[in-house]
Amino acid sequence: MNNIGFLAYLRRDLLLAYRRRGEAASPLMFFLLVSTLIPLGVGPDSARLAELAPGIIWVMALLATLLSTEGLFAADHQDGTLEQMLISPQLVVMPVLGKVAAHWLVTGLPLTMVSPLIGLMLSLPEIAIVPMMISLAVGTACLSLVGAVGAALTVSLRKGGLLLSIVVIPLYTPVIIFGSATVQTAIDGINWLPPLAVLLAMLCAAIALCPLAIAGALRLVNSN
Amino acid sequence: MASSKGWTWFYRLGSPRWFYETTGRWLPWLGAVTLLLISIGLVWGLGFAPQDAKQGNSFRIIYLHVPVSFLALAGYYLMAIAGAIGLVWRMKLSYVVMKSAAPIGAALTFLALFTGAIWGKPTWGTYWVWDARITSMLILLFLYLGVLALQYAFHSQEAGSKAGAILALVGTINIPIIYKSVDWWYTLHQPATIKLTSAPSMHPDMFQPLLVMIAALYCFYALALILFTRAEILRRERDATWVRDLALQAESSRENE
Repeated sequence: MNNIGFLAYLRRDLLLAYRRRGEAASPLMFFLLVSTLIPLGVGPDSARLAELAPGIIWVMALLATLLSTEGLFAADHQDGTLEQMLISPQLVVMPVLGKVAAHWLVTGLPLTMVSPLIGLMLSLPEIAIVPMMISLAVGTACLSLVGAVGAALTVSLRKGGLLLSIVVIPLYTPVIIFGSATVQTAIDGINWLPPLAVLLAMLCAAIALCPLAIAGALRLVNSN
Repeated sequence: MASSKGWTWFYRLGSPRWFYETTGRWLPWLGAVTLLLISIGLVWGLGFAPQDAKQGNSFRIIYLHVPVSFLALAGYYLMAIAGAIGLVWRMKLSYVVMKSAAPIGAALTFLALFTGAIWGKPTWGTYWVWDARITSMLILLFLYLGVLALQYAFHSQEAGSKAGAILALVGTINIPIIYKSVDWWYTLHQPATIKLTSAPSMHPDMFQPLLVMIAALYCFYALALILFTRAEILRRERDATWVRDLALQAESSRENE
């Protein structure tokens, strides 16, 4: 029964998120608010907004995910849950994967769900709505996994937040390239499956490799 | 195990003192070779190599730009490998090498971007374009800065080293992905105007000094890495008796003068 840790931590983190609903909603609020700022800065011209929309939506989704990543292990580090997880006889990889899955369900999935609204507000062509949602769903999962590596590395630092963004943003670049490319190709009326396939491939690689790095970072870096 | 003779050199490498004393003997030679190669390469490349047909003399920055870019990338792999050795064999020295490689690599990456910008102005008419290679170099610079910042953020040296090593390894897996995706991104958005004007194949008269400069910069990199590593070793081992003896010796020889 290797997945016991996975389900237990998934359920626990979802429950915690449910009990602190306000906190869980803040990345979503951030996403909505900052997307409102863009037309105020760029101007209300819908043609120009439509041109910028794929990039804007993806950058905002990335920042919103990044913001919420910082707290991924912080509470567990403070109250000792992390140590319990590390000394348990099971593989650390499964609980870690459970926590990241919960993080995606709480941030990435809601972001995906409200993205059509923002797409509408930024006059994103309707043809691109579905590709945008699929690419966001896959891409934010990638971002959660990669971000968790940074969160694990910086969890014991007092001012980890800024450092986390320095560490993680360069690693995010492939995701944003293929994420916004999926939306862009859909707008251009070209087959948008190839960039999405690359995004999916990156997700597969991230699922396989990131938990190892996260577990290593939690165990090695924060042991003392 | 330790009894097999073939591995003794490997175990010796783990001793910072051994490294310090051995490289101390190499330094004069390495320094001389580096200086010689750099002066030959620079004089040959800047003074005697023929002018480029289209770019005139401005192409000569290639003799710094290309070797520096090579080393900026190679340096990241060296840093990551040193970090991996540290994680696997818990070798003190390799963390020191990793820590020393980060600022050198970041400086080289910056220099590559900087010389590229200077070169870009006369050839492309602009200091900066979002070209695939330039963009990936910029991301490489950020990767370096991340490893650097992370290492210095920890109070405990060991935790900082391990964190840096893990991040360097994650970056290593990511670098090919980043390069490929930036490449793809660029071909998707490619503006039509920008092309390197010089032909891909170089004339031997231009190419030979470049080879010398590449060799020279590799030597320079080795020299810089050894010097940084030695300084870091002294800092970390400052409480060890051999470092104290070294300091006392240096002081007494200064008094005798």
